[in-house]
Amino acid sequence: MPRIIVQHEDFDAGAELARLNTPGVGGVGSFIGLVRGEEVRGEGKITALHLEHYPAMTARALAKIADEAMARWPLNDCTIIHRVGTLHPGENIVFVAASSAHRDAALRATAFLIDWLKTSAPFWKREDFISGTSAWVAAREADEAAAAEWVK
Amino acid sequence: MKLLYFAWLREKIGHSEEDVILPANLVSVADLVAWLSGRGPGYREAFAQAKLVRCAIDQDFAQADASIAGAKEIAFFPPVTGG
Repeated sequence: MPRIIVQHEDFDAGAELARLNTPGVGGVGSFIGLVRGEEVRGEGKITALHLEHYPAMTARALAKIADEAMARWPLNDCTIIHRVGTLHPGENIVFVAASSAHRDAALRATAFLIDWLKTSAPFWKREDFISGTSAWVAAREADEAAAAEWVK
Repeated sequence: MKLLYFAWLREKIGHSEEDVILPANLVSVADLVAWLSGRGPGYREAFAQAKLVRCAIDQDFAQADASIAGAKEIAFFPPVTGG
């Protein structure tokens, strides 16, 4: 049963990985997305990231992504945790993980989970810059391409 | 019908949700977008670039040609940027 969580608070990646260590599991793949503190478009460094979502749709969209991963690979289980609200550089945004008897399914499913989440879960990011300006993050074509790879 | 707006669509339109009574001749998402675009400058600006607007009908992604018949909640938002 996939574990799907949307929350303001941080998550404990170690505890989440430990949850996936169950009888029969031979490997756990995981990915953590972080707030980058990069310089962008001449606006200076990012000071904060605001994550908005569509609550009535989010849990459902994430469950669909997790169910798709469970159907595609022989997984024992998988986890998706996504934070919302205001985050700062270096903080965790998202955690995905998949457990399986063997590494291939665990690693592929992990990549699939984050690639699909990026293009099919209703979250939006707005960045605040040190210059005092703020801007919505534009979707990247590279993300669409990465997700499309899994449809082939 | 309940309409929801997120991210910069919400900001341009000026509110996050509203209940509307739609004209009976609206059939598809595209029809609804065209109707909404005529409701004021904020709406017109929000829907000006069709390729930057995504839609969900009752919490499932929907294309421009999808039927809105029987929908309880329709949401409009930019391409998603989570993860």
